Amino acid sequence: MSAATIVVLPDQSTARIPKMNFITRENGLLSWLLTGDHKRIATLYLISITFFFFIGGALAGLIRLELLTPQTDLVAADTYNKLFTMHGVIMIFFFLVPSVPATLGNFLIPMMVGAKDLALPKVNLLSWYLYIIAGIMAIYTMAAGGVDTGWTFTTPLSTHYLNTHVISTGLAIFVAGFSSIFTGLNFIVTIHKMRCPGMTWFRLPLFVWSNYAASILMVLGTPVLAITLVLIVLERTVGIGVFDPAKGGDPLLFQHLFWFYSHPAVYIMILPGMGVISEVVSTFSRKRVFGYTAVAFSSVAIAVFGFFVWAHHMFIMGISNYAVLVFSLLTMLVAVPSAIKIFNWAFTLYKGSITFETPMLYAFGFMGLFTIGGMTGVFLGASGTDIHLTETYFIVAHFHFVMVGGMLMAFLAGIHFWWPKWTGRMYPEKISQLAAVVTFIGFNLTFFPQFILGTLGMPRRYAAYPPEFQILNVFSTAGATILGIGYLLPVLYLTWSLKYGAIAGNNPWQATGLEWQTQSPPLTENFLEIPIMDHEAYDYEWLERMQQKEVASVG
Amino acid sequence: MNQISPVLWQFLVKWLTNFALFPPEASKIAPQMDALYFFMVLVSLVGLTIVVLLIVSFSLLYSKKRHPVAVQIEGSTLLEATWTIIPLGLFLVMFVWGALLYFRIYTPPANAMNIYIVGKQWMWKAEHPGGQHEINSLHVPTGQAVQLTLISQDVFHSFSIPAFRVKREAIPGRYTTVWFEATTPGTYHLFCTQYCGTNHSQMIGDIVVMTPDDFRIWLAGSTSGNSLAQDGERLFASLSCNACHNPRADSRGPNLANVYGSRLTLSTGQTITADDAYLRQSILNPSAHNIQGYAPIMPTYQGQISEEGVIALVEYLKNLNSDYRIQQTLNTTELPAANEGSAAPAGKSPAAQGEVKP
Amino acid sequence: MSDSPAIPHGAQVEADSAHHEHPSYQRHHFVTFEQQADTTNFAMWLFLLTEIMFFGGLFTAYLIMRNWYYPAFVAASHQLNIGWGTANTAVLITSSFTMAMGVWCAETRRKAGLVLCLGLTFILGLAFLGIKSIEYHEKWEKHHIPGLHYSIKSFVDPASDPEVYKSYPQDTGLQLDMANKTELYFFLYFAMTGMHALHMIIGIAILGFMIFRARAGAYTTGHVTFVENFGLYWHFVDIIWIFLFPLLYLISRHQ
Repeated sequence: MSAATIVVLPDQSTARIPKMNFITRENGLLSWLLTGDHKRIATLYLISITFFFFIGGALAGLIRLELLTPQTDLVAADTYNKLFTMHGVIMIFFFLVPSVPATLGNFLIPMMVGAKDLALPKVNLLSWYLYIIAGIMAIYTMAAGGVDTGWTFTTPLSTHYLNTHVISTGLAIFVAGFSSIFTGLNFIVTIHKMRCPGMTWFRLPLFVWSNYAASILMVLGTPVLAITLVLIVLERTVGIGVFDPAKGGDPLLFQHLFWFYSHPAVYIMILPGMGVISEVVSTFSRKRVFGYTAVAFSSVAIAVFGFFVWAHHMFIMGISNYAVLVFSLLTMLVAVPSAIKIFNWAFTLYKGSITFETPMLYAFGFMGLFTIGGMTGVFLGASGTDIHLTETYFIVAHFHFVMVGGMLMAFLAGIHFWWPKWTGRMYPEKISQLAAVVTFIGFNLTFFPQFILGTLGMPRRYAAYPPEFQILNVFSTAGATILGIGYLLPVLYLTWSLKYGAIAGNNPWQATGLEWQTQSPPLTENFLEIPIMDHEAYDYEWLERMQQKEVASVG
Repeated sequence: MNQISPVLWQFLVKWLTNFALFPPEASKIAPQMDALYFFMVLVSLVGLTIVVLLIVSFSLLYSKKRHPVAVQIEGSTLLEATWTIIPLGLFLVMFVWGALLYFRIYTPPANAMNIYIVGKQWMWKAEHPGGQHEINSLHVPTGQAVQLTLISQDVFHSFSIPAFRVKREAIPGRYTTVWFEATTPGTYHLFCTQYCGTNHSQMIGDIVVMTPDDFRIWLAGSTSGNSLAQDGERLFASLSCNACHNPRADSRGPNLANVYGSRLTLSTGQTITADDAYLRQSILNPSAHNIQGYAPIMPTYQGQISEEGVIALVEYLKNLNSDYRIQQTLNTTELPAANEGSAAPAGKSPAAQGEVKP
Repeated sequence: MSDSPAIPHGAQVEADSAHHEHPSYQRHHFVTFEQQADTTNFAMWLFLLTEIMFFGGLFTAYLIMRNWYYPAFVAASHQLNIGWGTANTAVLITSSFTMAMGVWCAETRRKAGLVLCLGLTFILGLAFLGIKSIEYHEKWEKHHIPGLHYSIKSFVDPASDPEVYKSYPQDTGLQLDMANKTELYFFLYFAMTGMHALHMIIGIAILGFMIFRARAGAYTTGHVTFVENFGLYWHFVDIIWIFLFPLLYLISRHQ
């Protein structure tokens, strides 16, 4: 990793952040809180989800501290149950689901399709307010004593056997769900109806395709979660028994309804991250993504197949063996498009011109860790092995590999990649590369031992465990500490860069894509004139011609 | 070596001698499960190696310094086909293999010895047919297929024996089953692996595998006297089930001799097999499972019998293989006169009528 | 998913030259008013799709439970008054008609007509809610609201409920365990019709707002998208009822 870089910055002695941009256009708190500008809303989201990420992270830290010893000695068992429940709820609903779509998606999609804003700016703002309201409800729940149902709200435990704040948590997630639905709705409408002249579907950046696929899942899947939560709340308040076998109800009905959303939810979480990886790998190899059409269709395939595999979370729950056959087969099918994407990204590197800036490091981390995470998903999807591995730390390791090793790395890749566009400033390269490496090492140390723990049989959601599992738990906690440092560093240096970072100019990465052809930070209306798209996506030859024209006309 | 601190040395020794990557294989299915698991680990390693090799080699060969100008390549249908078909093929192999394993684990053989497990917050109760009761432990013999019939009294629990590679959810309201055949005597972990509230981590125990001889000795020493079927017989009588379910020609309910395992026709026309689940349902929710040819007059016993009681009744019915056996039951109780034992008005427990002998 | 872009090439040039001449109600991020109308219309259809998924969970639960506890669901269904249900259906279908007429009025710039049609729709909506509240009150009096002193007397002993018994004289009493399942039916009844009623209330509130704006002439100067899109919502709420009515009221009439 030498000093070879594609970064081209304007002359720092004369460069300035453009005076008129979306940040300076209007001043005052109200201009931010009542904005319709997708970029301001994205900024609001970025601050909010970072806040919740660190709350979720603190909860994770406490969990790992408790698990240093085999006994329940740091916190009481009830408290531990609340810790992992709130960790799950916050990380999933308040961080992962909105992460890339609500921040990078909101910021970039209008620019990427060549529009001046999303289709429904007021709905976009409403979406953020719903998120904030849900967040306040979640914080209230924590302050009032927490909830200990597990993020999966398994009935009848959550409806009849606990007296913690199930209802307020359920309602908080209900509200957050609508925030998600409205974001997805906005994206679908924008992508269908607001592409600029010349922007055909197959000229769209793959980031748009991925977010489109995720939006379909958001729009069709989240309402089912909403109604399921309504049923939980009603069952707790009125006590009818739709999930209570003593009254004729069926707890398995809850499982079907819950997982009908919650499986697509994991694809909602990962698809936008995959979109980021496409952009990053392309830019830092200076090449069109290998197999553009395959990657685009894979995103949609994951979304479609993702709706038909939910019962693989229920293999040991007494569903019929034949149902298990069907869902296991479909699970194998949904794994294939993800594999296709990984290979396409790898082959994008072939005969490219590769540099190793921070976004690319995170992208490489994604590709390796998501491969492991995805393959271990296949372990679980093959019904037989699921019997041994389900509900153990193997599952915990699996989903953390795909969500943290996958999605969170992709999110960080995206934040670093588009940071110059968003703020007009570059982040400091060396320390960010260090943070990426620290994160990668910390991550592996934290979660790889958990695969072994799971195979050994250690169950999940256990505050106490047999002593022979301690050594692996100690490794895991040590890794978590390193991981925490790796996540803290970006907050620090990115904030630093807001004042002291190098001025980035329009296109420091020499990237294709309409967003890089405007100033950094962009104008409120993105483009003075709606652009006309006359070239393919990732057309580096077009970029070169453009740059030569500029040199010729200026020089 | 003696420069290393003695504490650290102790720690290392303990770890190295106890270190394991997978649990002991103590059942017949465990090696089969492990075989598939290792196949998957192998495939994953190969897959990961390929991906990492591609990334690393391309990064080295085509770094900007070595390869300053990128070559725009659209794609390759051949490659797409390759990395679609090969992973798909491997995944399908895993699917078939896994499905075979799954069916094997959840299809108990006919000669399996049945043990009932009732899970409740936060303990496991095991009920052997011979009347032995255990809490948080389960004694089983080697070389004998053992079927567990599980149910929960409250919330979802999951009965997990990592050493046997089996696990099954215990669900309120219905039976679930799993089977295994233990191979190696020893004591192994029992875990609850479905989050069930405060003391979920405490809902653990021991699976004690013994040689058949030792097991026989244990059985003899642990029984309280009555087998499950005998307990069930008492319940059958005390709840006056025999008022309607008897071999008399004018009985209001079907005769239950040999009912277990038989094919029955419901009043909806559907035919079902009278298995454990059906027997339980027809005690607790009889109106939903009415037999053709009989009026839907059986009252429900929901709330009047515990899950253990239902298990005892089911065991009794399983062993009820002749009219003579029912007659024996009848002989131990006094049956009310034919016109007295009419269908109880809704809401009144039938045990309130008729006489019951202890 | 056509391959052509959202704005045809030619329109771009026109829109540029007509930049300062777009209607006042066109938002600045849209190139033409046509695009805005098309976009918001599409958005409403998509939103209605999410609503279908939302109600879908309840319909699924209902169908499964009806299959399991058929006698209980039949008996409980007999408790619903076909007269009121039919009246409500007629009310809603008429209100859809008046709503559609309202959209036509807006498109043809008939302000008085629009206000009248919206007003009629509003009144019909209130009528629907009124009838619903009569039905709910009836359930309250008979103790058929789950969780609130629920009573299974009418199902165990149908003769004790003369109104319903008159229409369904062949109903026999249910056994206790089956009678208890009627509470599940009513839970789903209240959940489904209650969710529907909630959507009606929201719709009526928006209608009130629209009448107010219509009187000021907001929808009769060419900007009809709000009325059109609301019309879609109103028709959707109507369609949900058209599914609920047969599934809850009519399905067991002849059993």
